[in-house]
Amino acid sequence: MVKQVVFIIALVFTIAAFAVTTRRFIRFFKLTKPAFKVRQIGERTVLMLKVAIGQTKIFRRPVMGLLHALVFWGFCVILIGSIEMMIDGVTGTEKVLRFLGIFYDIIMASGDIFALLIAFAIIVFLARRLFLNVKRFSGIEMKHISHVDANIALTMILLLMISLLGMNTFYILSAAEAGNQIYGYYPVSIFMAGFLRTTGQANHILYETNWWAHILLIFIFANYLPYSKHFHVFMSVPNVFLSRLEPLGKLDTMENITREVKIMMDPDQAFASPAEGEEEADTERFGVLDIEDVSWKSYLDSLACTECGRCTSVCPANITGKKLSPRKVIMDVRARMKEKGPGLVKEGTEFSDGKSLIRDLVSEEELWACTLCNACAQECPININHPVLIVNMRRYLVMEESAAPGELNSIFSNIENNGAPWQFSMEDRMLWAEDISMNDIPG
Amino acid sequence: METNQIKVAVPLFTDRIAQGEQPEYLYWVGSAGAFDDRYKNVSRAFVKLLAYLGTSYAVLGTEESSSGDVARRAGNEMLYQMQALMNIEIFEAYGVKKILTCDPHAYNTFKNEYPDLGGTYEVVHHTQFIRDRIAEGELKIPQDSYKDQRITYHDPCYLGRANGEYNAPRQILDAFSAGKREMKRSRSFALCCGAGGGQMFKEAETGDKEVFMERTEEALETGADIIATACPYCMVMITDGLKYKNREETIRNYDIVELVVTALGL
Repeated sequence: MVKQVVFIIALVFTIAAFAVTTRRFIRFFKLTKPAFKVRQIGERTVLMLKVAIGQTKIFRRPVMGLLHALVFWGFCVILIGSIEMMIDGVTGTEKVLRFLGIFYDIIMASGDIFALLIAFAIIVFLARRLFLNVKRFSGIEMKHISHVDANIALTMILLLMISLLGMNTFYILSAAEAGNQIYGYYPVSIFMAGFLRTTGQANHILYETNWWAHILLIFIFANYLPYSKHFHVFMSVPNVFLSRLEPLGKLDTMENITREVKIMMDPDQAFASPAEGEEEADTERFGVLDIEDVSWKSYLDSLACTECGRCTSVCPANITGKKLSPRKVIMDVRARMKEKGPGLVKEGTEFSDGKSLIRDLVSEEELWACTLCNACAQECPININHPVLIVNMRRYLVMEESAAPGELNSIFSNIENNGAPWQFSMEDRMLWAEDISMNDIPG
Repeated sequence: METNQIKVAVPLFTDRIAQGEQPEYLYWVGSAGAFDDRYKNVSRAFVKLLAYLGTSYAVLGTEESSSGDVARRAGNEMLYQMQALMNIEIFEAYGVKKILTCDPHAYNTFKNEYPDLGGTYEVVHHTQFIRDRIAEGELKIPQDSYKDQRITYHDPCYLGRANGEYNAPRQILDAFSAGKREMKRSRSFALCCGAGGGQMFKEAETGDKEVFMERTEEALETGADIIATACPYCMVMITDGLKYKNREETIRNYDIVELVVTALGL
């Protein structure tokens, strides 16, 4: 009974803290711009099953990919056990899902094995971060805090797995000693129990200790994640479901520009009365200058990003020593919302802190170094799209400030004047086709 | 055996329509195809092949303008849409249904981006066109044409990653060359040549190295005698890379259609 009361109090605190966080993020999302309508639910579901649940894109790096996939699949199985612990905690039952019979044995056995596999993977991950100089984990955007954050999250997962295995081991020992039936099957923990010589009350106390440690760690972890790069644990599956479904090569058409261009090409339209709701659109900024111009999708991308750096490691600009790092651009979006979002929520859209996403976080040099090759978007295991965001920032620089590099301004005027990026006359467009001859070979 | 030389005339859409004919394809030459000294040879090779196959096509000639792709990717959406809407108007006037092009960037923008502005066409990259002609038996390339040469293929970003076309160029090469070598990074892992997104027309930002050097070195590592490309930007970049490496005499950079036309003896 006391256990139940304590558990319910802990659970209420956890949910309350999580609700505060959720409200904060909902308010931030309300500041963002529209991206696309979420349709094609069937196609999205298939994509989610493939890329998120099937982990297909992370396997582009097969070794680390497999370790990550084991962690992910393990989490999915262990989640069932965690739900059981919640029910047990609230209702005062023990192993409430045991009525599932053989399925219960399978779930518990898989969770037990996965706990060991995850612990192994996490130790490899930690070792890579602490002892190996993996290039992907460095870069201008990887501050001390990013590494600390990664190590805290990994350590918490390791402790979660240790407490889970401890819980199973001492459950077996205490149940066996009391002559009770053991519910579920625990291949790893049975093996470990064989080595332990603890007796009597100790087994029960150690079981309870591990049980509480495990569930309280889950509560803490759940509330730590939203403020960590490991928010990814919650956000990546939704992010894949909400992927941009267009081919990587396609950029979004700006409808407000289409209206302007059509007026230019057909002046009669300029005098036609605008359709309802269009006046507002006139004052809209072209492209992305600051966080309030960013679409909900790019902001979601930034929350789902776990800073793995696969994007940056394949970026041709970054590989050849330029300042651009696609990971940094995504991280900057999240950082900027954290910085400016609260002010915008409090004081409305007029709020300014005298800074902006472009220049104060993402420099023009970074934006102009991109080749739009889409290697970053192709590589991202959770379908983040960096180029769309980079082009939106270029759009602001070009159309609001005419701040493109000089050579690009020249090609713009060449295209406008003579329909080619170079200064050649349109009249000369057929010179290449003069005097072509070939051998007369029957086809 | 002496073969006769025949003149290849490139038909203009306006002439064909005036003659009461509707060409099946618009061949979109592109600005590089019309103006870049090296790349003009690719346009010439392609029209030779079209003449050889007897394909019904025409070009826009002096009515062709920029597709707007580079303006768009450099952030000038306004200029892109002006170009696109103008081009769509011309396409509509000529009743264009199918577009052929050697440029993956034009291919991408016509195929994926023009539909948003009301222009929907069947767009075919020249590697896909050649692949289909081979598959349908219309085009037979002598198998031993490049038998002593090793060929590596560089994937253009806008054919590969952007549109998922990795196989067509490889299937063509397999039809006549046994010595195909893959680079360390190929297909969806391919490294960009460094010219996309407007980079072709500007100095690169400060760094340790040019992107095209990184890619050229990777191509050279394969030990290939020929670096095959299928994009005007890639051709300019790889050609520059070979020049900087002083390898332009020994290692050649060809577009796939040039290899096909040479193999056919046209």
